[in-house]
Amino acid sequence: MRPADRILGATLLAAALFAATFVDAGWQRSAHEPALQRTAELVTRLRLSDVVLFTEARYTRHLTQADLHSAFQDHPVALEHFPSGSLLPPPRILLERHEGLDRKATSSD
Amino acid sequence: MLELANIRKVFNQGQHNEYWALKGIDLDILPARVSVLKGPSGSGKTTLLTILGCLARPTEGRVRLNGEDISGLPERFLTEIRRRTFGFIFQQFNLIRGLSAIENIILPGYPGGTPRAQLLARAEVLLADLQLAHRRDAKVEWLSGGEQQRVAICRALINDPQVLVADEPTANLDSKLSAEFLVILHRLAESGRTVILTSHDPLVVESAVVDRVYSLRDGQLTDVVDTRKAAP
Amino acid sequence: MKAWIEKQRHLIDFTAQSLARRKGKSLGLLVVYTLLVFVLASVALYTHALRNEATQVLAGTPEIVLQRLIAGRHDLIPPGYIEKIGRIRGVQKIEGRLWGYYYDSVLKANYTFMVAADREIAPGEIVVGPALERTRGLSAGNGISFRSYSGDLHTFIVAEVLAHESELVSADLVLMDEADFRRFFAYPAGHHTDVALWVANPLEVRNVGIKLLDALPDSRPILREEVLRTYASIFDWREGMMLALLSAAILAFGIFAWEKAAGLSAEEKREIGILKAIGWETGDVIAMKFWEGFLVSLLAFLVGYVAAYVHVFHFEFTLFAPVLKGWAVLYPSFALTPQIDGLQVATLFVFTVLPYTAATLVPIWRAATTDPDTVMRS
Repeated sequence: MRPADRILGATLLAAALFAATFVDAGWQRSAHEPALQRTAELVTRLRLSDVVLFTEARYTRHLTQADLHSAFQDHPVALEHFPSGSLLPPPRILLERHEGLDRKATSSD
Repeated sequence: MLELANIRKVFNQGQHNEYWALKGIDLDILPARVSVLKGPSGSGKTTLLTILGCLARPTEGRVRLNGEDISGLPERFLTEIRRRTFGFIFQQFNLIRGLSAIENIILPGYPGGTPRAQLLARAEVLLADLQLAHRRDAKVEWLSGGEQQRVAICRALINDPQVLVADEPTANLDSKLSAEFLVILHRLAESGRTVILTSHDPLVVESAVVDRVYSLRDGQLTDVVDTRKAAP
Repeated sequence: MKAWIEKQRHLIDFTAQSLARRKGKSLGLLVVYTLLVFVLASVALYTHALRNEATQVLAGTPEIVLQRLIAGRHDLIPPGYIEKIGRIRGVQKIEGRLWGYYYDSVLKANYTFMVAADREIAPGEIVVGPALERTRGLSAGNGISFRSYSGDLHTFIVAEVLAHESELVSADLVLMDEADFRRFFAYPAGHHTDVALWVANPLEVRNVGIKLLDALPDSRPILREEVLRTYASIFDWREGMMLALLSAAILAFGIFAWEKAAGLSAEEKREIGILKAIGWETGDVIAMKFWEGFLVSLLAFLVGYVAAYVHVFHFEFTLFAPVLKGWAVLYPSFALTPQIDGLQVATLFVFTVLPYTAATLVPIWRAATTDPDTVMRS
């Protein structure tokens, strides 16, 4: 087998596997769809608000429910307690809502 | 078949080390004969060889191949003509290490897009012709000097060129191998190929195989001798 | 045309042989490059798919959740609060939520205790999430005791384990009925943790939120769109770990390209000289080198991507699990649904293949354009 055929054959095989991943993705998506639907329904029924990804602390477990003070309770430049801190930004809710109000507040002399 | 008219070649033109290697050469290469360019080092014989073989362009003058003026052609066409018409054997052989004999031989055929099977078949014929068939798949760095030279000859012949050009071919060979080499050249000339060599080896210059000797000195042709009196 | 194809195959022959001649180096290069693609692609695939999954399952979260704050801390919703809300126009349904945390000292993990809004749970029974089944070995019929903050031990029987397929949202849940919950936590009567609201017109949610803020100044409404936006930006590349990874990857790609572009070895220069002398044009040499760079990087991309895909969607991203898990004891085990961002894949392809291929061509430019007669003279 000539060298070109060997290397091109390997590339073609890799390309076929590459294409296969997309096929598998489509197949898995349709296979998972009912389960995802049921999970979404569970969220609605139980009135849940967060996914269970970061169970280290209260404010990481329920990220969207966290209050300003737990998330920023230490000095802003303090080292992160939890690894999840380097994976997530703080919820924008905390930053946006209050910043606007605070800016409007004027100090009296 | 290969005519040179008033060929002049300069290196580093306009600079302080400007050097005229060829100062007006006129010659006409005999077809199907063995011609030798003889001269001391610095005489310009290698430069002349590169111009004859279309490896380089002259600064002034005309080169005619089979009646056609090729000195003005663009690079692309010149390279194609060179590939089809000329086969080169270098003093250092210049084979690619790590590849086998046959893989080296078919390399000049790659740019032409000739099917691999065809190239391999042609290479096998050439190898057999030079008694090298048994070394077909040997890596070239493991071949002896004589075997490497024969591989170099096969490589030069893969595109079935009209002209074979060799630069100081016997410089790295002993007398026995040199003599064998000359015999091969003679055979090639007999079968219709034109052979041009440069050499200052008396073994080559005075060989019975050689048909014509061009003597060069300081970039000029000093003498042209037809050494083979009898017609082939 | 046919001759052109055959010529490319010849050039690839030569390239393949060149690579084979430097087997160790070529293989090492391919392996490292593939690993680099593997790491980047794994992270990209995982984060994109997870963001999608999270926002998809949370689509039905309550439209507004109202919290109450005192001195910056969460406080309970007192009785009467809910009645005040009822008078705001646009609010369709209001429900008090009861939930909290329980620290299990055996596992050193926090569970989320909740009163189930969708089912009747018999007193003394609980419904647990799949993570508890895994880590505590609980299944239907088992009993488990929890020590309340008053010091009493309360025992519950597990009535049901929530479906494993819902682990992403339910892994650490413990559901019980309201009376048990209030008794266990000594929750003040009539108080709730927070309030879930539904709005009649979805376009009015924001306005209702503002009205709530005005009506109840100590409250904090959290809108559904804010919840979804939070999870749409997890694993953002601007965050610490991701940025470190991305920088390292870019650096690695840069090093590869630089190493290639830095120059040819004497051997390679000699070879190119020979090729030119035996009749290869400048274009042929460049095309041959192009194939070398292109095929190596293409192969690295394809194999790296496929490996990443299998790693993320068939092996649950195991190699990175320690990073994600962090200090957490409880972690959901779920098969992520593949959701591929074509743009991300295309970007990865461009970053993998283009710079390397270009870098392979840079050093040979000079060598490829040398006059063929120089070999004659060397």
